[in-house]
Amino acid sequence: MNGVHDMGGMQGMGPVQYEKNEPVFHAVWEGRVYSLNRAIRAWRKWNLDTDRHGIELLPPADYLRMSYYERWFTRLLTNLVQFGFVTKEEMESGKPAPGSSRATPALTATMSSGFLSRGIPSSNDPKVRPLFKVGQRVRARNINPSGHTRLPRYARGKTGTIMIDHGVYSFPDTSAHFLGEKRQHVYSVRFTARELWGESASPRHFVHIDMWDDYLERA
Amino acid sequence: MNTTRRGFLTAAMAAAAHGQLGAQESGHDHQEVPSDLTLRVKALESLLVEKGIVDPAALDALVDTFEHKVGPRNGARVVARAWADPSYKKRLLSNAPEAIAELGYTSGQGEHMLVVENGPKTHNLVVCTLCSCYPWPVLGLPPVWYKSAPYRSRAVIDPRGVLAEFGLQLAEDVELHVWDSTAELRYLVLPERPAGTENMTEDQLAALVTRDAMVGVAKVPAPRPGGNE
Repeated sequence: MNGVHDMGGMQGMGPVQYEKNEPVFHAVWEGRVYSLNRAIRAWRKWNLDTDRHGIELLPPADYLRMSYYERWFTRLLTNLVQFGFVTKEEMESGKPAPGSSRATPALTATMSSGFLSRGIPSSNDPKVRPLFKVGQRVRARNINPSGHTRLPRYARGKTGTIMIDHGVYSFPDTSAHFLGEKRQHVYSVRFTARELWGESASPRHFVHIDMWDDYLERA
Repeated sequence: MNTTRRGFLTAAMAAAAHGQLGAQESGHDHQEVPSDLTLRVKALESLLVEKGIVDPAALDALVDTFEHKVGPRNGARVVARAWADPSYKKRLLSNAPEAIAELGYTSGQGEHMLVVENGPKTHNLVVCTLCSCYPWPVLGLPPVWYKSAPYRSRAVIDPRGVLAEFGLQLAEDVELHVWDSTAELRYLVLPERPAGTENMTEDQLAALVTRDAMVGVAKVPAPRPGGNE
């Protein structure tokens, strides 16, 4: 979706605010929100792409105002109800519904290190043929999906060169919406800044963007 | 407990809709009042623990991992090894996940990694314009500025301006490569080894390497004359 999260190339956001000796979490609740999100994903009711899209669905003004972990907390509340972990009544009362059965946590402390090292699946599955090859000129398609996509607006319609074939990954545009993994090749595509931003850009500036087969067409 | 928790979570959802969730208060005289978010997150955790959905010890373990075990010191070890051992550097640049795993760093968000090398005429900068993708096993969780609108918006269109805000002025003839982490590939910058470090041990080298240099918003400074430590 053409949301406010798609920030590449926007202006007027002000200077970078740098904090020296920044802590990992600025408050205890931030660490709890982070770990709650991770622990509940171990239930595998939704995937990483669904989670990313959950943040994108926040109203733009909220997205810009909230701190990072406030976004995570708000998304989690929404997901917990939407995916049936918690009823609206339980959210209201803060207590489990009377007579409701108690689940067994999907993630325990002893599992957590193994869980953390479990990867995002990709492969060199030879059955999934690449549509493009290294060195080829390609154009990012001009598409504007209203759901989740990882094709940033600033690259759409622009022409670049495939530099690396990263192998096969599931396709976020379908995976986020439980419409299948639609596994396909991902490439590192190099764009000149002049192609992206016009003639005033430096000739010695390049942007490398990772793109799925379905984002590309022959140039 | 029942009454204090009641309503906190729905209040959080309603506040989110009305733009009040960020209104945290602190600093009132002589009072340590827990913020709304502290209470709401506690209320949610209690509910989920009572329902058996999460194990609080697992949450503790996750927090502990990112506060104490995984962080930029891991990445610094990788960089120092690459500087000290040319064959390791070669493996790191050709197969980063395997080379990084040699040092024991294997947690999530680092399964698919690419290490990009800086040189006298090449500078690399890493960003995630769409969210906050970052190489957790070698750098830990990202700092706030990396996830912020100013950095994400301008790193791709005005990287020299962004670098100048970090105090890094790149010469005009340096090629600048910005890596936008739009897929599951995670990027680590291999900074240039500074002059004056020829006789340093790997441990001493690792101590020089900063998180910022491994994201590409800084260079690794040369050790001060007369020795640092």
